[in-house]
Amino acid sequence: MLLIKELKKALGVALWFIFLTFPIMVIKVDPIERIIRYRWENAAYVAIVAFTAYLVMSFFKMRKLRVTADKKEVKKSQNVIYSILNNKKQLTVLSFAILAIAIIFPHFFSVYQTNVMTTALMYVVLGLGLNIVVGMAGLLDLGFVAFYAVGAYSYALLNYHFGLGFWVVLPIGGALAAIFGIILGFPVLRLRGDYLAIVTLGFGEIIRLILENWGEFSQGPSGISNISRPGFFGMDFSLETSIMYMYYIMVIGVIVTIFIVNRLQDSRLGRAWIALREDEIACQAMGIDKRKTKLAAFSLGAFWAGLIGVVFAAKTTFINPASFTFLESAIILSIVVLGGMGSIIGVILGAFILILMPEYLRALSEFRMLAFGGVMVAMMVFRPQGMIANIRRTYKFEKQE
Amino acid sequence: MDYFIELLFSGLTRGSIYALIALGYTMVYGIIGLINFAHGEIYMIGAFTAFIVATVLSIYGFPLLAIIVIAGVAAAVWSSAYGYTIEKIAYKPLRHAPRLSPLISAIGMSIFLQNYVLLAQTSDFLPFPELIPDFEFMEPVAHIVGSSDLVILITTTVVMLILTYIIKFTRVGKAMRATAQDRTMAMLVGINVNQIISATFIIGSALAAIGGLLIASHIGQINFYIGFIAGIKAFTAAVLGGIGSIPGAVLGSLVLGLTESFATGYVSSDYEDVFAFSLLVLILIFKPSGLLGKAETKKV
Amino acid sequence: MKLALSGKFVSTAACVMMALSVPAMGVAGDTIKFGVAGPHSGDLASYGLPSVNAAKIVAKQVNDAGGINGKMIELLIEDDVCKPEIATNTATKLASEGAEVVLGHICSGATKAALPIYKDKGILVMSPSATNPALTQSGDYPNFFRTIAPDDAQAEVDVNFVLEKLGYTKIAVVHDKGDYGKGFAEFAKKFLEESGKAEVVLYEGVTPGAVDYSAIVLKIRKSGAEAVIFGGYHPEASKIVGQMKKKRLKTTFISDDGVKDMTFIKVAGKNAEGAYASGPQDNASNPLSKVAIEAHKATFNSDHGAFYENAYSAMLAMVNAIKKAGSTDLAALKKVLQTDKVDTPVGNIYFNEMGDAVGVGFSVYQVQDGKFVEMK
Repeated sequence: MLLIKELKKALGVALWFIFLTFPIMVIKVDPIERIIRYRWENAAYVAIVAFTAYLVMSFFKMRKLRVTADKKEVKKSQNVIYSILNNKKQLTVLSFAILAIAIIFPHFFSVYQTNVMTTALMYVVLGLGLNIVVGMAGLLDLGFVAFYAVGAYSYALLNYHFGLGFWVVLPIGGALAAIFGIILGFPVLRLRGDYLAIVTLGFGEIIRLILENWGEFSQGPSGISNISRPGFFGMDFSLETSIMYMYYIMVIGVIVTIFIVNRLQDSRLGRAWIALREDEIACQAMGIDKRKTKLAAFSLGAFWAGLIGVVFAAKTTFINPASFTFLESAIILSIVVLGGMGSIIGVILGAFILILMPEYLRALSEFRMLAFGGVMVAMMVFRPQGMIANIRRTYKFEKQE
Repeated sequence: MDYFIELLFSGLTRGSIYALIALGYTMVYGIIGLINFAHGEIYMIGAFTAFIVATVLSIYGFPLLAIIVIAGVAAAVWSSAYGYTIEKIAYKPLRHAPRLSPLISAIGMSIFLQNYVLLAQTSDFLPFPELIPDFEFMEPVAHIVGSSDLVILITTTVVMLILTYIIKFTRVGKAMRATAQDRTMAMLVGINVNQIISATFIIGSALAAIGGLLIASHIGQINFYIGFIAGIKAFTAAVLGGIGSIPGAVLGSLVLGLTESFATGYVSSDYEDVFAFSLLVLILIFKPSGLLGKAETKKV
Repeated sequence: MKLALSGKFVSTAACVMMALSVPAMGVAGDTIKFGVAGPHSGDLASYGLPSVNAAKIVAKQVNDAGGINGKMIELLIEDDVCKPEIATNTATKLASEGAEVVLGHICSGATKAALPIYKDKGILVMSPSATNPALTQSGDYPNFFRTIAPDDAQAEVDVNFVLEKLGYTKIAVVHDKGDYGKGFAEFAKKFLEESGKAEVVLYEGVTPGAVDYSAIVLKIRKSGAEAVIFGGYHPEASKIVGQMKKKRLKTTFISDDGVKDMTFIKVAGKNAEGAYASGPQDNASNPLSKVAIEAHKATFNSDHGAFYENAYSAMLAMVNAIKKAGSTDLAALKKVLQTDKVDTPVGNIYFNEMGDAVGVGFSVYQVQDGKFVEMK
C-alpha cells in the first residue's frame, strides 16, 4: 500500500517537473529563422530522472526513520571521525600518515595533479583565514577576495617595478592586506549580520573596479604578466621543478597555518571571538573590548588572504582583476560553511572538495558546473551543519571511585 | 537643464527595474532571513520564458497585445513555479540549520540554474522581441523619455500599488507580515507558515519575472548570465533601503538607479559601480539598518 | 520535504547521461592530440564554445579524409573559464596528457597565464581570439600564433576610416572595461590624438551586463560627438545602438572585430543598420568561409558564434603545418607556418616572425539590410 502511495507521489513529482522545465528544456526557438523545435525527448528524460530521484529519496527517508528508531547504532557509526579527532594518539598517527602522503605526492602523480593540489592547498589556507572571520568571530564577510587581490597585486607590482622577490614580498603582501582589513574594519564595526555582509561585498567590488579602471596604477584589465616564480637561493627551475617547489611551499604553508590557527583558537583572543559570536552584549559585559577583538579578526583573516595572494601571483605568473570577482569570495565562503564553520578539519576537507571537484568533474565536460552547483545544494541539504561540525569543548566532572 | 531631466528619467527607469527585483529579495529576507542569491536567476528564467513564449507566439502570428499579455503571464507563472520549487528543494530542508547554510545552498542553486539554462538553451545572446512599440504621442519627447521608459515606470508603479494592497489588506498579506514579525507566534495563531513562505516566494518570483520581461524588451537581448549582475545590484538596493522593508526596497532602488545615472552623467561611467557601492557603505555607516530599516534594538 | 533534493538527482543523472553521449573522438592507434582550451562554461562561454565546434568539424573532416599523414586527430577539450588561474591548470593538464598543439586560449589574460607552460614544453599554441598586442609583440612567447589581428592593427584601421573616409572631427571613444575592449579603445584614442585631425570628446567605459545604458548614451549626445568608436563585444554594442535609437541619437557607431559578428545584427536588428565594424577582409566572398559556415549548420543545426571562422582557420593552418612538417616539433612547425600560405576562411594566410597572421587584412564593414557590406 505504502509503495503504491509513494509511486503515485513520484508520478506527481515527475509531472510537476515536466511542467516546470517545459519552456526551457523542450522548446527551442530561433527568432531569426523563425523556427520552433520541440524536443520532447527532453521532457521524457526530466520525467524519468525526477521519478527515480523521488523514489530514491523516499527510500532513504524511510530507512533513516527506521534507523533512528534504533538510535544507539547511528551514534556509533557517525562518531568514528569524531572519536579519531578526540583521541590524541590516533590523531597524531593520522596526521603523520597524511603528511607522508603529502610529501611523496608529487613523485607519484603527474605535474598536472601536483599543480591542482597546490591550488587546493592555497584554498585550504584561504578557507582557514576566512574561518577566523566567519567561523570564529561570526562576522559574515562576502568581500574576502579583496584582501586576496591586495596580496596578489602587491607582489605583481613590486616585482614589476622594483624587481622584488617572492620571499621579500610575502610578508609585505600579508601586512598590506592586514592594513586593508583594518581600514575596512573600522567603519563597519557598527553593522550587524547581513548589513556587514553587503558592505564587505561592496568593498570587494570597489577594490576590483579600481584595479580595473585605474590603468596607470594596475595596468587595468589587461593585467600584469611575467611575474617571477619564487626563487631558491638564486637557482633557476624548470617548469616541473618550480611546480613541485610551489607545492612544497604550500604544504609548509598549510602546516604553519593549521598550527597557528589551532593555537589562536585556544588563545585568549580566540575565546573572545567565540564569545563575541555567541553574544555581543554578554561579551562586552565580561570586559572584552569589542572593537579591538573584531578588528583583530578582520586583520588576521586578511593577513592570510594577502599571503596567499602573493603565492597566487607567483604561481600563475599573470594576474588581472577578473580573478577577483564576487564568485571567488562566494567559493571561499562555501569552503568554510560546507566544511563546517569553526572547524579546522572541516575547512580543510571543504577546500579539497570544492576545489578538486570542478577539476575532476572535467570528465563531465560542459556539465561540470551544473553538477558543481547541484552538489553544493545537495551537500547543504544533507549536512547543513557542514561536513564536520565544530565540536564544542565539553568538560566533564567525573567522580573518582 | 534638459540634460538633468534626461538623466533623471534614465535613473528612474533603472531604479524601477532594480525595484522589481529588489522586492523579491527583501520579501524573502523579511520572512525567513535568507539572502536568496538564486533570485537573480529567477529573473533570468522569467526573461527566458517570456522570450520563448513571445517568439513562439509571434511565429504563429498572434497580435502584439496578445503576445505581451500571454508572455507576461507565462513568465510570471513559470518564474513562480521555479521560485516555489527552489524553496522546497534548497531552502525548506534547511529551515532549522545554521544561518549560513541556506546561503551556500542558494549560491549553489544559482550556479546550477545558470548552467541549466546555458545547456538547455544556448550560451549566445538572443534578440528579445520588441514588445513595447514606439508610441506616436511620445514622439515629441522621445529624446528625453522613450516609450519603453514610460511603460516601465507605469508598470512598476502599478505593480507596487497592487503589492502594497496585497500586503496591507489581504489575508495572505497580513499573514506574511505576521510571519515576518514572529514566526512562532504566527504559527500559534493558526497561520500555516509553510504556505505563507511559499506564497512569498511565488509573489517575489512573479515580480522578478515582470522585471525580466520589461528590461529584456527594453534592451532587446538576453542570455543566461543576465541574472547575476542585475541580482547583485538589486540586492544592494534592497540593503540600501533597509532589507526586509518593502518601501525601503523601492526607495533604495530609486536612490541607487539615480546615483548610477548621475554619476555616469556628471562624473564618469568608469566609476559608476564604485559610486554605487561607496554610497551604500556611506549610508550604512550613518544609518546601520539602511534608509527605512528598523533599527535593531536588543533587549537583554 | 516532498520535492526535496530531486534537483540534485536531476543533475547527477543528467551528467551521467551526457557523459555517455559525448561523441567518441579519437580513433584507436596512433593519433595527434590537439588541445582545445577556452571558456566552455561561465559568463564567457559564448566566446569559447564556437571554437570547440570548429575544432570538432575540422577534426572530423581531416579524419574522414584519412587523417594527417595517416594519423588521426584526437581532440582534448578543456575548460579554462577565461580565468588565468584555471588556465594554468588547464595548460598543465593538456601538456601532461600529451597535447602536441593547442587551439586557444580564447581570452588574452588566460592565454598569457597559460603560455609559459606550453613554451616550456615546446607546444605550439594558436589562438583564434586573443588580440592583446603584447602576446606577439613582446617576443616573450615564440610558440604563440594567432589568426586574428592584434588590437592596435584594428584600432588603426578604424581610426583611419573615421578620419579619412568619414571626415569626422569630434569623436567619443567608449569601451567595455574589458581586456579586449579597453585595449582597443586605448589604441584608438592614441591614434586619434596623434593624428591631430580629430578631438576625443569623451573617453569612458561602460559596465558590461548593466541593465541600462541610457546615461552613457545621453552623455555621448551632450559631448557633441559625431561618431562613437566602441571597443568591446557585440552584446554591449547592440545594447548601445539600441539605446541610441531609442534616444533618437544619430551619432555614427564604429566598432571592432568583437562586434563584426552576425549575432550583432541578429540581436540589434534594424538598430544595427548603418553601424560600422572592422573585421577580417572579404570573408563573405571567400568560398572557404561559406564551407565553414555550412558545415556548422549541418553538424550542429545552429549558427556559429564568435571567433568560429578564426578557430576554423587556426585548425586548418595547424593541420597544414603538421602535414608539411611531418612532425609536431615546434621549430619545424614554425618554419612551415612562416613560409607556407594556407587558404582559410579568413583569407590566404601565413605568419610573420612574431606570430601574427599576415593576410588577415582588416577592412571596415557597414551594416546594410542586415548584412555586413565591405566599405572600399
